[in-house]
Amino acid sequence: MTNHWIDYQHSDVIMAIGVNTAENHPMSMRWIDRARERGAKLISIDPRLTRTAAVADLWLPLRPGTDIALLGGLINYTIEKELYQREYIVNYTNAAYILDSGYFFADGIFSGYAEGSYNRDTWSYELDTEGNPRKDPSLQHPRCVFQVLKDHYARYDAETVCKIVGCSREDFELVASTYCATGAPDKAGNILYAMGITQSTHGSQNVRATAVLQLLLGNIGIPGGGVNAQRGEANVQGSTDMAMLYHILPGYLNMPQGMDHPTLADYNAKETPASSYWSNKPKFLISMLKAWWGEKATPENDFCYQWLPKLDGKNHSHIAIFEAMARGEIQGMFVWGQNPAVGGPQAELERKALENLDWMVAVDLFETETASFWRRPKADPASIKTEVFLLPAAASYEKDGSVSNSGRWIQWRHKAIEPPGEAKSDLWIADQLYKALRYHYSLGGVFPDPILGLNWDYGQGEEEPDIEKVALEINGYEIENHKPLENFTKLAADGSTACGCWIYSGYYNDLEDPPAKRRIREQKGIGTHADWAFAWPLNRRILYNRCSSDPSGKPWNPKVPLVFWEGGEWRMNDVPDFAWKDNPPENTAQSPFIMLPELQARLFSPGMADGPLPEHYEPAESPVHNVLSSQQNNPVITWWQGLGKLATREDFPYIGTTYRVSEHWQSGIMTRNSPWLAEMAPEMFVEISVQLAEKLGISNGSQVFVSTPRGEIKAVAYVTRRLKPMQVDGKLVEIVGMPWHWGYRGLFPGDSANVLTPHVGDPNTTIPEYKAFLCNIRRA
Amino acid sequence: MKITRREFFKLTGLAALAAAVVGCDWDKDPVISYPLVDAKEVTTICPYCSCGCGAICYVVNGKLVSVSGDPDHPINEGALCSKGASLLNLNTVYNLRTHSPETNPNRLTKVLYRAPYSKVWEKKNWRWAMDRIARRVKETRDATFESQEKGVIVNRTLAIAHLGSAALDNEENYLLAKLMRSLGIVNLDHHARL
Repeated sequence: MTNHWIDYQHSDVIMAIGVNTAENHPMSMRWIDRARERGAKLISIDPRLTRTAAVADLWLPLRPGTDIALLGGLINYTIEKELYQREYIVNYTNAAYILDSGYFFADGIFSGYAEGSYNRDTWSYELDTEGNPRKDPSLQHPRCVFQVLKDHYARYDAETVCKIVGCSREDFELVASTYCATGAPDKAGNILYAMGITQSTHGSQNVRATAVLQLLLGNIGIPGGGVNAQRGEANVQGSTDMAMLYHILPGYLNMPQGMDHPTLADYNAKETPASSYWSNKPKFLISMLKAWWGEKATPENDFCYQWLPKLDGKNHSHIAIFEAMARGEIQGMFVWGQNPAVGGPQAELERKALENLDWMVAVDLFETETASFWRRPKADPASIKTEVFLLPAAASYEKDGSVSNSGRWIQWRHKAIEPPGEAKSDLWIADQLYKALRYHYSLGGVFPDPILGLNWDYGQGEEEPDIEKVALEINGYEIENHKPLENFTKLAADGSTACGCWIYSGYYNDLEDPPAKRRIREQKGIGTHADWAFAWPLNRRILYNRCSSDPSGKPWNPKVPLVFWEGGEWRMNDVPDFAWKDNPPENTAQSPFIMLPELQARLFSPGMADGPLPEHYEPAESPVHNVLSSQQNNPVITWWQGLGKLATREDFPYIGTTYRVSEHWQSGIMTRNSPWLAEMAPEMFVEISVQLAEKLGISNGSQVFVSTPRGEIKAVAYVTRRLKPMQVDGKLVEIVGMPWHWGYRGLFPGDSANVLTPHVGDPNTTIPEYKAFLCNIRRA
Repeated sequence: MKITRREFFKLTGLAALAAAVVGCDWDKDPVISYPLVDAKEVTTICPYCSCGCGAICYVVNGKLVSVSGDPDHPINEGALCSKGASLLNLNTVYNLRTHSPETNPNRLTKVLYRAPYSKVWEKKNWRWAMDRIARRVKETRDATFESQEKGVIVNRTLAIAHLGSAALDNEENYLLAKLMRSLGIVNLDHHARL
């Protein structure tokens, strides 16, 4: 999130797209309602009449997977009606930048395309003789970003958009006129999204489309505005920050690649930009290496840079890991608080792939479907070789530690009780695992140095590790005296500082009164609650907040001033997100995005795998042809071998989509083992429209089979008016909706929706396309 | 102390009335059977969605007796959703026959082990399991370790994967990120990509 939950109270219009916030983030409604008490409007964009849609001022039913068509339509509406905030985009974005003359877009393909991928050289700026990008602040140059954007989205006229999305012209106009009115300088439009946006073969571009619209309307960096990703798990923000991902190290440093970064000097040269705050990157990496390998990391050995594994240039994401496992290339797996046998796409493929493992270590509160894959229905344990260890973990209140919410607030959880039986905290399990490995490598082994040399001293023997030592290491300390660093501005690249995750620096900088444990509510102010917990980075609650004021420093909305220039100085209700010290407004007016080399936001982005501007493509499986171009799907999708044949429209005529209910959480392993919750939502169901039920002779409450080429599931039919057939390009399209919380374990077992979903993902992130696929349904 | 659901509601109702009349001046004697008075309050953050709502754990004699919304928390101001309101169940459930609280019988409380081709889980102790896991990791890592690729030092294994987890705390995730990379593991992913 750029902003945070409580800040929603300052919004004038809230557009929830691809997020059912009332059911899946119920507490958000508290702050949405606070805004509505002032007259704010809530728009829900969702295929179903969800509980969010039911209480919204406007609901626009959208065909799954067509978000870019809708958002592109809103971008076009904003430009056509001149509702964009000109002064904001000229100063705060790359709207005025002139593009390379080689850039073009034709029939769904951008310049540089060849054989399934893009050469991005032409997605760049034209440079002047001094090497700086050429700009036209009048925004008239035909190759300036603004004009290119205008041309690109002129194709997204209302008629075309409605044809793709399946909504009425009236609904589109109403949503457009309501939302795009937030282009007024003193109005705040807020876009909320979740997995309805991301789980798509163009998910990253869906997100980009929300950002482009928000920038045009001047809605980034202001109270009540922002692009607010409502994340699905209590600490998915934190686990991302800590780099439980193959492509990054903690704090969003790219993982070293063998071919690009053979040495630390290569890494620093290629990964450190000349401008932006990332010019400090060597300080972050070297401080991390000092945190990991302590005294062993010296300037002479490049701070043990070579002890980090290097990537092979290939994808190692969830889908790729299971494809490799299915091919027999992966022999052992840790699966820690995760349940891919229910939550992974094309679940039968993934369950079967687990049989190829020699060993699996699963750590959880309850027995997961993943840990018990060898005794799943129809499996024959006698033919499965895998050795499985299932380790009992402590629940959230049975241990100490911090979690980071969607608003980047790092909050401490205190241990209330002992875990039951022999269950242990994950911290203890990690510590014991390391100690056992260290013992075995002390006896010899292949290249034991990075293991034996690891800076690891959190507790003796089998005692609970001292979590404060871990927190201090993440926060950072001075090597000389182990004093906590105030924050990451104190980091050095010479080995004199250690810091495990630079963006968290400051969260635990006072051992007597750690900011992450602070609980002081704001008495008066705009709801930033600066003394409640700690928000990364630097306790900043709203990112890009220079944009909350005009170039001269005057707040766009004087009723909610955030960071503004008054009486010859910066005044602030938040930690400024720009170089503000001794720097008057004119010096900072064109550098509000300190993490980008341009220091201005990118309406046009050269960094994506699949195009510098979001373009509509159909999902991998779709009931219709792409209306906008002859390019049916995102042209740079990876078609994995495990996916097999796609569903045909003839055999699988309906759109399948998945979602969650309030009473369950993700793969359901915690909630299906909670008697209160399992009782409230005991059974797997699929929702279909009244019309489809009549056509197929399915009665409410009866059993049905839903199938795709990947498999078949049985569930209870829920015939509902919440789903309606949609008119898409002259064709009537039906949607089959289903939650994905069930599996073969827990108090109430049920079939898993992910048996149906495909092994295909977004080209930037490889997030699977759970939200739009083709299926069939029949009476059981 | 055994208390039925009905008695619990009766008592909490009376307690609320008493609180309304006499403020916080609790009469110690009658509330011996009221579980929340004299309970230790420990603040926590809900482990479900990412709102980051505050909750309070009420602990009596080392046992969790209730979990409710934290009224001081600025995000949820005391409210909780259906999942948040059920937090007690992660540790404690009410036995339907005796109406007494007990540890959720589905919780894992011992290390479980499934030998190759076996049909059953066996209970094991931690020391045995950690030693055995370390041996297996070492065996796989050492057999598949790549020191170099085309003359570049890469120090990795592609034969081990690690999935998870957004359900772990920051400090736990950090230690695992550090440990897994020290082993050379690059097949790393978790919920953020699902």
